[in-house]
Amino acid sequence: MASLVRSWIPLLVLQSFLFAIAFGSTQVEEFSEALLLKPLPDRKVLAHFHFENRAPPSNSHGRHHHLFPKAISQLVQKFRVKEMELSFTQGRWNHEHWGGFDPLSSMNAKPVGVELWAVFDVPQSQVDTSWKNLTHALSGLFCASINFLESSTSYAAPTWGFGTNSDKLRYGSLPREAVCTENLTPWLKLLPCRDKDGISALMNRPSVYRGFYHSQRLHLSTVESGQEGLGSGIVLEQSLTVVLQPDTTSIETNIQPSWSLSSLFGRKVVGRCVLANSSHVYLQLEGRLGQESKNVDTEIEAHKLWKNADFELSFKPDRVLRESSSFLFIFDIDNASDSEPFDLGLTWKVPSKWSCQQAPLHASRFLMGSGNERGAIAILLKATESQESSPVRELTDGRCTIKANVFQIFPWYIKVYYHTLQIFVDQQLKTDSEVLKKINVSPSTDKVSSGMLEIMLELPCEVKSAAISIEYDKGFLHIDEYPPDANQGFDIPSALISFPNHHASLDFQEELSKSPLISSFKEKSLVRSYTEVLLVPLTTPDFSMPYNVITITCTIFALYFGSLLNVLRRRIGEEERFLKSQG
Amino acid sequence: MAEEQKTKPCRFWIWALTSVFFRLILISFKGNLNLSSRPEVSTPLTSIRRLAEGYWLKQASMSPYAGSMYHGSPLLLSVLGPLTVQRIKGQPSHLLCSLVFVIADILSAMLLRGIGQKLQMAYGLNARLLGFLKSSRDKVILPCGDIAALVYLWNPFTIVSCVGLSTSPIENLAVILALYGAVTRRVPLAAFGLVMATHLSLYPATLAIPIIILLGYGLDAPPIKLFLQTRSVENEKSSTSTVSKQAKSKQTTRLPFLWKTVVHFLFWVLLWSLYVLVLCALSLNKYGGLEEMFKRTYGFILSIEDLSPNIGVFWYFFAEVFDFFRNFFLIVFHVNILFMLLPLAIRLKHRPCFLAFIYLAISSILKSYPSVGDSALYLSLWALFVNELVDMKFSFFLFCGYLGISLLSPVMHNLWIWRVSSTQIYNPTLHIIATKCSNDHNYFWIFHYRAQETQISTLETLLATRAFRSFLWLRA
Repeated sequence: MASLVRSWIPLLVLQSFLFAIAFGSTQVEEFSEALLLKPLPDRKVLAHFHFENRAPPSNSHGRHHHLFPKAISQLVQKFRVKEMELSFTQGRWNHEHWGGFDPLSSMNAKPVGVELWAVFDVPQSQVDTSWKNLTHALSGLFCASINFLESSTSYAAPTWGFGTNSDKLRYGSLPREAVCTENLTPWLKLLPCRDKDGISALMNRPSVYRGFYHSQRLHLSTVESGQEGLGSGIVLEQSLTVVLQPDTTSIETNIQPSWSLSSLFGRKVVGRCVLANSSHVYLQLEGRLGQESKNVDTEIEAHKLWKNADFELSFKPDRVLRESSSFLFIFDIDNASDSEPFDLGLTWKVPSKWSCQQAPLHASRFLMGSGNERGAIAILLKATESQESSPVRELTDGRCTIKANVFQIFPWYIKVYYHTLQIFVDQQLKTDSEVLKKINVSPSTDKVSSGMLEIMLELPCEVKSAAISIEYDKGFLHIDEYPPDANQGFDIPSALISFPNHHASLDFQEELSKSPLISSFKEKSLVRSYTEVLLVPLTTPDFSMPYNVITITCTIFALYFGSLLNVLRRRIGEEERFLKSQG
Repeated sequence: MAEEQKTKPCRFWIWALTSVFFRLILISFKGNLNLSSRPEVSTPLTSIRRLAEGYWLKQASMSPYAGSMYHGSPLLLSVLGPLTVQRIKGQPSHLLCSLVFVIADILSAMLLRGIGQKLQMAYGLNARLLGFLKSSRDKVILPCGDIAALVYLWNPFTIVSCVGLSTSPIENLAVILALYGAVTRRVPLAAFGLVMATHLSLYPATLAIPIIILLGYGLDAPPIKLFLQTRSVENEKSSTSTVSKQAKSKQTTRLPFLWKTVVHFLFWVLLWSLYVLVLCALSLNKYGGLEEMFKRTYGFILSIEDLSPNIGVFWYFFAEVFDFFRNFFLIVFHVNILFMLLPLAIRLKHRPCFLAFIYLAISSILKSYPSVGDSALYLSLWALFVNELVDMKFSFFLFCGYLGISLLSPVMHNLWIWRVSSTQIYNPTLHIIATKCSNDHNYFWIFHYRAQETQISTLETLLATRAFRSFLWLRA
C-alpha cells in the first residue's frame, strides 16, 4: 500500500501543478468571430468580417499559445510594438454612398495599397531601427513588399496630424502595392480556424476579390497588465471589409437587390469555429427603415421587424438592437450544421431609399497645372448634406466651427514649396491666421527623407467649400532610381483628413457586453477620410543609351580641352613681324 | 569734335535709361511671364522661389537649408527674404525684389563703364607708346566702357535674368565690383567684391589670380617685349651708343611686381572673409551653423545633387552615368576648370582683365548649374576688349549660333520637359518631325536636347578659343 502511495506521489504532484497553472492564470486566450452585413444605398452590400484574438498578460516569453498566433506575439515582443495597424486595400471607399460618419467607415475606409503605422515602446533613438525591422518582418509574414517602407524616403513621423499623438509613431504607405489572395492567405493563417470552419469559411476568393472594395486590416495593441512582473497582453483585431454587388435578376431597377449569403459568397455558414467564444452574424439596416417602427417591445412587433411589408429575412433574428437611426439584427450561428446551413437572405419587396450619415466635409484631392516640370496639389473640402444635421458642433468665441486636420506625405521627388500654401474658403483667399490653427512642416531632403505636412484648419460651420493648394516642382531622378515602367508615373500617397472634434459611435441602447464588434462600435472613433492617390508623371531620361551620353559629353570635353591647349602652346610670331613691318 | 565728345555720353545715357525703362515695363507687366521658372534663367542656386522657400522655413524657425530647397547664401536670404514676402496691392508679387535686381544691373553697368574707361585710357597710352597712334586722335579707339555697359544693359540674357528674378545679377555685381576695385586699385573694394562673389557662387574664387596680377603688374598692356622692341627700333633709328641701350633694356625686361599691394589685398581678403563668415555664423546660429552652410551651398555645387535641367552639360550626364563612375567624373569635370588656371595665367599675365574674362567664360561653360546670367556677364566683359578684338573672325557665325540656341532651347525644353507625356505635339511646325519619330519621340527629343547642349558648349568653347586666338593674333 505504502509502495502504491509512493508510486502515486509524483503523479499527484504533477496533477496539483497542472491545477495550479490552470486556475492560477484567471484569464485565458479568447477568440471571437463576427460578420456584419449591411445593405448600402447604392444597391451594394457591405460584408465586414471581424475576428478578435486576445492574449492575456503573462510573464513568460516565448510561451506556448493556445489560440493566439505565435508569429504576432513574437513580433510584438521583439520589436516592442505598442500599437500597430496594417491594411491592404483595393478600391476606393465611396464616402457619399457607403457612409463617412460611422465607426465602420472611419476604421475601415483605408487608402489604396498598403498602409502601415506603428507605435513603439522603445527609446526615441531606436524607433527608426525598430520600424525598419518591423517592415521586414511583416513583409515576410504577409508576402507583400512592405520592406519598401524601410527606406527613410517612404515613411514619416506624424506629430499630431494623424490623430494618435505620440513621438514614437511611424507612418508609411505604399499606394501601388497590388493586393491579392497571396496577402489574404497568410492573414487567414493567423486565425485559429483559418478559413476551414466558421464565418471565415465564407471567404471564397473569387467572390471576395470581385467586389468593389476590399480592405483587410490587422490591428494589434498591447494592453498593460498593471501588475508587477507580468508582461502585457495583446489584442489582435483582424477585419476584412468587402463591398459586393449582389446579382440581380429582378427587372425592376428601383427595388433594392435581394441577396443571401450563398448568392454573395457562393458559400453558406455550416457551423461555428469551435475555438471561438462567440460567433455571430449581424445585419444592420440603416436610415428610414429603422425610424418607421419605434416600438419593439412585444413579440409581434419584433416579428414584424424582420418579416414586414418592406422586406423579409430568411432567418429569425435572435435579438434586435436599436440605435438612433438603425437596427441591428443578431443571429447566433451555433445551430448551423451541414444539414441545416445558415444562409441568411434579405428579400426586398418595395423600393426603398435611405442615405448614410456623412462626415462634415467631403475631401477630394487633385493635381493642377500641366507639363512635367511643376504643378500644384489641391485638396478640396466640400460641405456634405448631413452637415446641417450634424449634432457635433463646437463653439469657439461664439462662432460655430469645424476643425479639420490634414496630414499629407510628399515623396522627395515632389519638391513642395511650403510658402505657396494657400487656403481658400468659399472661393476667397484667406490669410493664414484666419483659418489656419496649427501647421507643422517637415521638408523633404533629396534622396534622404520624405516631406510631411500637417495642418489644422478651423472652418466656420456654414462653409460651403474649402480648398488648400500647394505648389511643387517635379524632381529629376537618376536613371537607376526610376522603377520599372517609369512612364506610368509616380504615386503620391493619400492625404488623411480627420475631424478631431467629430467622433463616430453607434450607441445601441441595449447592453451587449460579450460581442467585441459591438463594443468596438460603441467606442468613439475619430472621423477620418482618405483622399485619392495621385499619379504624377515625371520626365524620364533615355534609359537605353547611357553610353551615348557619356561619349558625346566626353567628346565635347576633349574638344574644349584640345582647342584650349592648342591656343596656349601656339607661339605668336605675328606681333614681332607686324612690328617689323611697322618699323 | 567737341560736339561729338558731348553727344556721345548723352547718347549713352539715353540708351542706358531706355534699357532701365524697358526693364521696369517688363517687371510691371501684369501677366505672368513665367520667366522665373525657366531652367535657362533660374538654377537651383539662383531661383527666387527657392529663396522665398528658404526664408519661409527660417521664419517658421527651421533651418533655411532644411528640405534641399535653398542653396544660396544666408546673407542673401536676410537681405532679399523679407522682400519676397512684402506685397504691394495691385502689383505683381516680387516687385520689390525685381527693383533690387534692376538696381544691381544699373550698378554693374556703371562699374563696367568705369573699368572700360580705365582700359581705354591704358590702351590709348600703350598704343601711343608703341607708336600706332601718331596723333592724339582718339577716334580710332572705341569707347569700350560705354559699349560694355550698353552690351550688359541691353543683352537679352541680362534682361531675362533680371526680370526672371534670378539672383545672378547680384552675383554678377559682386564679380564686376571685384574687377572694378582691382582696376581702380581700391584694394579693400576688390577684396570685398572677390569675397562676396566667392561666397555667393564659389566659382569666382578663380578670379583671385587675375586680381592679384592686376594689382601687382597693373592694367592690361602689350607684352614688355614689344615695348623693348619699339624702343630698340627707335634707338637704332637715333643710333645711340650700344652700351647704354643694352643697359636700358636689361633694366626694363621685368616689370616691378608690387608685393606690398598684393599683401595688402590678401590681408583685406582675409578680413572680409572673416567678416562674412561671422555674419553667416550669426544668422545660422540655431540651424547647424557654418558646417551646414558649407555642406548645403558649396557641397551642393560640387557634388551636383540636383539633376534638374539647365543649360550646362552636367545634369543629363550625371542622370545617366553609372553610379560607380560618378565620383570619377565629378573629379574630372571639376579639375577641368582648375587645370587651365595656371597655364592661362602664365600665358596672359600681362593681360589680367582678359585673363579674368577667360576664367569667367570657362567657369560659365563648366560650372555645375550655369544660367544665362553667367553668359551675360562674360559677354559684356568681352565687349570691354572691342578695341583689341575688332577684327575677330567668325563673329557673324558665333552671333548666329547664340541666336539659334536662344531660340531653340525654349522649343526643345517645351517639347521634352513640358509635353513629352502628351501623345500629340501641338506645335504644327514640328508636326512633321513628330510624326516621323512618333514611336520613339522621347529618345528623339532627348537626342536633340543633347545635340543642342552640345552646340552650346562647343560654341562657347569655340567662342572662347576663337576670341583668345584672334586676340593673340591681333594684340599688337
